[in-house]
Amino acid sequence: MSVEVRIPTILRQYTGGEKAVSAEGASLAAIIADLDANHPGIGERLLDESGLRRFVNIYVNDEDVRFLDGLTTVIADEDSITILPAVAGG
Amino acid sequence: MRYDSLLDSVGHTPLIGLPRLSPSPDVRLWAKMEDRNPTGSIKDRAALAMIDQAERDGLLTPGCTLLEPTSGNTGISLAMVAKQRGYGLVCVMPENTSAERTQLLTMWGARIITSPAAGGSNEAVRVAKQVAAENPDWVMLYQYGNPANALAHYDSTGPELLADLPTITHFVAGLGTTGTLMGVGRFFREAKPSVRIVAAEPRYGELVYGLRNLDEGFIPELYDASLLTTRFSVGPKDAVRRMRELLEMEGIFAGVSTGAILHAALGIAAKSVKAGETADIAFIVCDGGWKYLSTGAYEGTLDEAEDALDGQLWA
Repeated sequence: MSVEVRIPTILRQYTGGEKAVSAEGASLAAIIADLDANHPGIGERLLDESGLRRFVNIYVNDEDVRFLDGLTTVIADEDSITILPAVAGG
Repeated sequence: MRYDSLLDSVGHTPLIGLPRLSPSPDVRLWAKMEDRNPTGSIKDRAALAMIDQAERDGLLTPGCTLLEPTSGNTGISLAMVAKQRGYGLVCVMPENTSAERTQLLTMWGARIITSPAAGGSNEAVRVAKQVAAENPDWVMLYQYGNPANALAHYDSTGPELLADLPTITHFVAGLGTTGTLMGVGRFFREAKPSVRIVAAEPRYGELVYGLRNLDEGFIPELYDASLLTTRFSVGPKDAVRRMRELLEMEGIFAGVSTGAILHAALGIAAKSVKAGETADIAFIVCDGGWKYLSTGAYEGTLDEAEDALDGQLWA
């Protein structure tokens, strides 16, 4: 299955400037591995040895994966995935 | 209701039912009308609490100058309190905020230092820290890390909600400084732990996420993820659509960030209906729509409004 992943400006150097790319996988971890296979280097910007990097937020259908099942969150066809850096609001 | 002064009237806001937007008599939505505060936003609670605490701590003496990074509402609230307590105020505000915010801040006597649009509030925080270092006699209350910000909501917003809606099942608010969600969340964890705490985080245009590298990201010092049940990212189109529905169906004229919060609240409501559960969902109306009239959010189609908001800090 294939889903669309929205890429923030700061990571588009890895996607040839594309704002959104497709990726395949049944879990978020598999999606990130597939992203990294097609856009080498991007995985390391998203993950460190402890998992998702501190200032990286990933949303599946607009819900923060840290409140779902993290990297093991199940991904279904037509889910949308958005990657954003953590920034200040308020 | 009578109060001795304007500052005494902060809080005590009404909780208003939404009979038309609520999906069923068993799943109800309730709007906490924070636009009824003296400067028209929820930030009056935090601003007053932070200044009161700083006075108790002996940080503020008459004639002191306050400094604060703000996208608008906190600055306006601080300016109102500072004016009455005899303090000066300098706000560091991103240049991509609405014109009304600048006008209101100036009216209440604040001085404004603008920070670059790219990077949004991150930049405002960075610039404010730099200005603070250059002006060591100024006092930065720092809403992102000041415990009094969250405490204001622990002490007032949370108890008001529980008193008005003892059957509350969910609380939904915007995630900016995280003060509202942390304070109300901590209150309910102690007073009624079954209440689910839901964050709606505004998703801005790309300009706002224009960091130079990911290590420049920012998480407010107040943030404690363990107090949240979940967290949704809401884009400008959904926010504007819900903001317009709130006006159309319930007659409430709210700002754009409230639309984002309502979007998350309606998502929760739909899930409750689907699960066959009863729910009383309270959400925050952060401010009225007045400050956003110039942004284009209330005119034209949703796509036009979305384009108009692109690059602006609309929450």
